[in-house]
Amino acid sequence: MPPSAELEAPPTGAMAPAPYRVCRRQRETSDTWTLTLEPLAGEGIAPEPGQFTMLYVFGVGEIPISVSGTEGGRLVHTVRAVGAVSAAICAAKRDAVLGVRGPFGTVWPLREAAGRDVVVVAGGVGLAPLRTAVRTLERGRGDYGAVTLLYGGRTSGDLLFRSELEQWRRRGMLAVDVTVDAAQSDWKGRVGVVPKLIKGANLDSDSAMALVCGPEIMMKFSVTALLDRGVAPERIHLSMERNMRCAIGHCGHCQLGSTLVCRDGPVYSYDRLAELIAVREL
Amino acid sequence: MTTVAELLADAPFFAGLRPPTIELIAGCGSNVQFEPGALIFREGAPADAFYLLRHGTVSIEAHSPTREPLVIETLEAGDVLGWSWLFTPHRWHFDARALTAVRATSFDGICLRGKCEADPALGYELVSRFAQTLIERLQWTRLRLLDVYGHAAQR
Repeated sequence: MPPSAELEAPPTGAMAPAPYRVCRRQRETSDTWTLTLEPLAGEGIAPEPGQFTMLYVFGVGEIPISVSGTEGGRLVHTVRAVGAVSAAICAAKRDAVLGVRGPFGTVWPLREAAGRDVVVVAGGVGLAPLRTAVRTLERGRGDYGAVTLLYGGRTSGDLLFRSELEQWRRRGMLAVDVTVDAAQSDWKGRVGVVPKLIKGANLDSDSAMALVCGPEIMMKFSVTALLDRGVAPERIHLSMERNMRCAIGHCGHCQLGSTLVCRDGPVYSYDRLAELIAVREL
Repeated sequence: MTTVAELLADAPFFAGLRPPTIELIAGCGSNVQFEPGALIFREGAPADAFYLLRHGTVSIEAHSPTREPLVIETLEAGDVLGWSWLFTPHRWHFDARALTAVRATSFDGICLRGKCEADPALGYELVSRFAQTLIERLQWTRLRLLDVYGHAAQR
């Protein structure tokens, strides 16, 4: 750890959760919910695309959750119920109060992507941390080259934000390709894994930027496909997941090699990650 | 009108083949079309062709008497459909159905197998290319077997 980081003080209030009220709750899939939260006091926080917050269910526990949207001072989180805390978040009713710390972490490099083709590769709930990036890319469409979203899920019933995916597709500002691992005859879209779509994506490999989020194995295959297309490692950006606890780089639970995911990530460029993720059990 | 040989010369699957080899393969090819919903081949039937897709989408389907057809994979323009023509027992393992209007170049497998037996260099070229496609699809299948979207990941 560099000396400057050791001495760096956490942001004021970074360890004290602020109370937020659940003002909207929407089911995405059988086990995934999107919650909109508004601050009980003050104007709230303004996370940038790629950042996460620590969500605290009082009496249950606290976990890191990526931000899937912002609406003024309101925060939008999309959560899959996979453990005690995430299940409690998903079960939180309207007007329930949750604690929020943050925002934390690095951001998707959308400014650096200006003037370039951008390919966004998402798998499963990995679309949640990318949704704000896709919205930004669509809003600033003229600032970028070709913009492509490649999204994969297990089945059509497991896809997030289906109506928004359809809106993105209909508005035609970005190319949207969705694929599922398996389907029955009612699914009229593609069937196959999402890295397979990279081969046919519209991108200038000499300058294109890639933003990737999903299960690590899916990201690994996606990186291989992007490298095969000639996209340079430093232009491939991944959002990593580790066991973030303090979120301010003090506790070390989310250590990944010489980095701490909560502080140095979650968004990393692949040239930084390549050696780290090759290490087994790291 | 574009000839089959010209179509082959532009297809990545046949990239790098010398013109005489292209002509040899093109001699077994013809252009075909399928309406949306049309069955291109059926599981268990003799596999006597393969297809180079030029337009449209094709689904590969598995059938079971007790459930709806399961779509295993979709293939699109540029993809090659069917390898069972090349390997014994020369029978299709799955159904293939046109999901949209499909235009393709169809290659007569019996014709090509005959040419491969007469010309081992041609046989090597074709087996190498189909093996590459098989490896790619095997890798994607392995990725799916991992069920990466299961309950392991949540941020």
